[in-house]
Amino acid sequence: MGIQGEQFIRPSVERVEDATLLSGGGRYIDDLGTRPGTLHAAIVRSPHAHADLLAIDKAAALTLPGVVAVITGSDLLDITTGLVPALRVSVDARAIAVDRVRYVGEPVAIVLAADRYRAEDGADLVTVRYRGRPAVVDPEAALIPDAPVLHGDVGSNLMSDRSFAYGDPDGAFSTALHSLAVTVRYPRNTGSPMECYGVVAEYDPHEDAYDVLANFQGPFSIHAVIARALKVPGNRLRLRTPPDSGGSFGVKQGVAPYAVLMAAAARVVGRPVKWVEDRLEHLAGSVSATNRVTILTAAFDAEGRVAALDWDQLEDCGAYLRAPEPATLYRMHGNMTGAYAISHVRIRNRVVLTNKLPTGLVRGFGGPQVYYPLERLMQRIARHLGLDPLDVIRRNLIPADAFPYRTATGALYDSGDYRQALDIAVGDGGLSALLGRRDAARAEGRIYGIGFTAAVEPSVSNMGYITAVLTPAERAKAGPKNGAQSTATITLDPVGTVTVQVASVPQGQGHRTVLAGIVADIFGIPPAQVRVTTDLDTAKDAWSIASGNYSSRFAAAVAGVAHLAATRLRDKLARIAAAQLNLKAEDLVFAGGRVSSRTNPDAFLPFARVAATSHWSPGLVPDDVGSAIRETAFWTPPELTAPDAEDHVASSLCHGFIFDFCGVEVDRATGKLRIDRYVTMHDCGVILHPGMVEGQVRGGFVQALGAAVYEELVYGEDGAFLSGTLADYLLPTATEVPDLRILHFTSPSPFTPLGAKGVGEGNCMSTPVCLANAVADALDLDTLDLPLTPAKLRALVAEADEVPPPAGHRPATPAAKPGDRTLRGAGATVVAAAPEAVWALLLDPDVLASVIPGAHGVKKLSDTHFTADVTLGVGPVKGRYAADITLSDLDPPRGATLTGTVSGGLGDGGGTGRVTLEPDGSGGTRIGYTYEAAVGGKVAAVGGRLLDGAARVVIGGFFAALARRAGGTGQPGLMRRLLARVLASTGVRP
Amino acid sequence: MPKLSAASRHSVSFTVNGVARSVEVESRTLLTDALRHGLGMTGTHVGCEHGVCGSCTVAIDGTMARACLTLAVAAEGCDIRTVEGLGLGPGRLGVLQAAFKRHHALQCGFCTAGILMSLDTYLRRHPDPSREELTLVIGGHLCRCTGYAPIVAAALDAAAELRGAQKHPEETAHA
Repeated sequence: MGIQGEQFIRPSVERVEDATLLSGGGRYIDDLGTRPGTLHAAIVRSPHAHADLLAIDKAAALTLPGVVAVITGSDLLDITTGLVPALRVSVDARAIAVDRVRYVGEPVAIVLAADRYRAEDGADLVTVRYRGRPAVVDPEAALIPDAPVLHGDVGSNLMSDRSFAYGDPDGAFSTALHSLAVTVRYPRNTGSPMECYGVVAEYDPHEDAYDVLANFQGPFSIHAVIARALKVPGNRLRLRTPPDSGGSFGVKQGVAPYAVLMAAAARVVGRPVKWVEDRLEHLAGSVSATNRVTILTAAFDAEGRVAALDWDQLEDCGAYLRAPEPATLYRMHGNMTGAYAISHVRIRNRVVLTNKLPTGLVRGFGGPQVYYPLERLMQRIARHLGLDPLDVIRRNLIPADAFPYRTATGALYDSGDYRQALDIAVGDGGLSALLGRRDAARAEGRIYGIGFTAAVEPSVSNMGYITAVLTPAERAKAGPKNGAQSTATITLDPVGTVTVQVASVPQGQGHRTVLAGIVADIFGIPPAQVRVTTDLDTAKDAWSIASGNYSSRFAAAVAGVAHLAATRLRDKLARIAAAQLNLKAEDLVFAGGRVSSRTNPDAFLPFARVAATSHWSPGLVPDDVGSAIRETAFWTPPELTAPDAEDHVASSLCHGFIFDFCGVEVDRATGKLRIDRYVTMHDCGVILHPGMVEGQVRGGFVQALGAAVYEELVYGEDGAFLSGTLADYLLPTATEVPDLRILHFTSPSPFTPLGAKGVGEGNCMSTPVCLANAVADALDLDTLDLPLTPAKLRALVAEADEVPPPAGHRPATPAAKPGDRTLRGAGATVVAAAPEAVWALLLDPDVLASVIPGAHGVKKLSDTHFTADVTLGVGPVKGRYAADITLSDLDPPRGATLTGTVSGGLGDGGGTGRVTLEPDGSGGTRIGYTYEAAVGGKVAAVGGRLLDGAARVVIGGFFAALARRAGGTGQPGLMRRLLARVLASTGVRP
Repeated sequence: MPKLSAASRHSVSFTVNGVARSVEVESRTLLTDALRHGLGMTGTHVGCEHGVCGSCTVAIDGTMARACLTLAVAAEGCDIRTVEGLGLGPGRLGVLQAAFKRHHALQCGFCTAGILMSLDTYLRRHPDPSREELTLVIGGHLCRCTGYAPIVAAALDAAAELRGAQKHPEETAHA
């Protein structure tokens, strides 16, 4: 088994979920049947990062057999509103663009057809006219006064600016011996579950009610947001989830806008609508984690003890602020001092919008963005003082006798012994051997480093933490928000078997297995006799706003409340059995499928008979028991209080501890990062299922490895989305995963029913910075941002090799981002015809149709304005574009200016060219041209050499064809040969 | 192959898990869609539709193939195996499936069918693989839940058990 058994306290039973999933019997959303007449949706999305939406032409799509409707944002204006965020700002966060697009991938139209193939055919035929606007991609640039503003009504891109002070940070900074700052630009990444989004929606006009099936993961506070966006009361939005979901990692929270979109579309068309997202849509248009610019400053003494922290966080939520954002920024608010006892904290939190995908839940949710600067800072402090980073970490850890420990910013840490856990990790994890490996590697001239990270992993979010984005006065006006209701329902059926229903909406974690075991233990029956259902129906099941699969809440909260519900029901059954056995309820035990006397095993009733009593023989049930058929328990921890007037925020209930260290080697020649050894110590309280805990740790670790080394959602400076396939957005595979040593230390949580804490997100928080610390140690760096790609590390190695490592600040080389760029060129050709003849050809649409490379058809809108459909291939990227060409500065027959734009799903471009015609002195014409063009979008990612080549070919091809059309240059073969040679060298296929 | 028209539908016949099946498709219909929506065999999953993730992997004439990059009409006359055919019977898992269950080699289960099909195909030809070889095979798939380690462990365990089973064929029924 893959389980390191000796570290665990309970056996890992096999999962009840697995046999079905392993046999192809899973019931994911696209595996479920739909009602007859259901239409299939395809979404037309913006290729532009920022543009006015001028017109959408549905006509061609509607003529296609099978296409039933094309729905645009303006069609839905009356029946929908935006998805309101936690912050009152004038940002119309609709699920579909109305008059402006603000990120690549934003929906602009929905095509509904008899099947998906026809819907996509229809989407290809929808013509959208845009007028481009300047885009802003960088969060700092978005704050510059003349930056493009995304939402005009707000007046700037700054959505929120809150400052906080805890303790006496001014005093601590003014008296500190040392002060040091790190600046971190945390990049974008996403959870990328293997199953994409899916929605099946219908609307009943007679009841004004929606029925929406979506692979939504919660939190179900979003149910209120969806209902409001659809303009119906909560009880008229029935939101259901499928029995199985193909992973989420937070991301399937983001299906909510699409649930609104498809529900509204179903209402417009009067039929059920089904939409299954494809991977390209998912990467461009689902959910990203936030990118964040952080300047973190510490005040510390000569031993590296940190007295105060100053956080300046600039959070980039993308193009729209959608619920539950800006929660990523506030999820960690109680944890801003990490695992350390730091009393004085200053925080400035700003939220900015840019022309990128809107953000939402992604595993780790705010944790990676906080621990990266915090743990980089601890290493910097050690370097600055010439101390061992491990000593600096250990010295600052919260002491064991301080628990429960109230952090400066308001969290109540439940339990832990961080120093002991760290010491065990150092010993059992073999740090001394690793230090020896570093020495040996360095002696051989290899680039080897060791990194450390200590982190507190919060779990079970307080539903009130997001209100910290409001001022205390605004909060007081709105009323306090707090708590986290979890719920479970246990039902006994007429043959006395047990069914458990929870609202935890698992995304593959095996909740059914754990719950069956817990409930079976309470009733003294085999787990196989307990059936657990986890698909949720908001119209029929118990749920609350905190329901769902996020903030690692299952083990700590949901398993606990199931235990609570089962215990309550067992106590009722005990009284029923006691009445029949003439015994006291407290003298009964539930074991071996029987309810029997503790002292006289012969006095017993079969469990099933007791469990069925309330169905068949309610007369036997004591009056004060009521009935023992169904028990629904709710549980919210009292520790999750509302943010107080001083902005103390108890953001989470449980606090696990993680201590990681690793040894890495950077290949001098290639920059490839090799992880030699990685040790991760977890204190997640009581472990309910060791195999699943290991699964969470390993899975989280590999996602973190991806975020640290391979994955980034990359945008060009023009907002073009450059990582739109799984060949660009690189997820780690089995061959990239190093050996991982997992260790455990157990401090049961006093705040949860079973003593468990969450464990699902910790490595997403700790691992990226641990790897970065190791690389910084290897290359002797002060500044280092993610991702740690070979190209970046190779550049850093080269830098290190050229100059001796300086003691002071040295910025890391930023990763090259291919973005918008200008192509320039000039050329000339000679044709046999006179200038007047050539001039006439230039103005003839039929001629243009035949000479524009790849043109399907040219339409003449006026004497000087033409449109065309053009198919162009650049390198591996071949696509269809709409071209728009205008002639101006006409100087017949001597010259004209051609201005053109092309746009399509793969990118867009625009350019201007001046054409001059001169008599060549022998009856022919010398055609000269200069051009300047800019290319953006996916196609821009193929690189400059290919683009230059493509431009030369397309433009050269145009004039070559024109020359042939004008009666030949006398050298058409030469042009063709030249063209063929360029084609071969660039891979361009006009 | 007969000349196909984009405008009309075509009947395609192949065997799936040993059973002769026919399905009516367009010339452009992907094998994934033909299996899932044409034949109702939803065990084969669609994760990326551009050949990277491997969720849709099936065996075609004994060779692993991405069903999302295969046209259904191209499977005419082929012998296709899918995850639905891996079990020993209703409610009875095969050796590889049981090893996955023991090792917790799946969580959400979405990528699992493709990985099972690649490993099943590979182990039929390479009964005594090394850990490195199996890691390379699994490296052709994306899994976001497990971190891969338990998948590699399950594959090694299954390979060992299958080797034993070949020596003692009467025991396979109990695998």
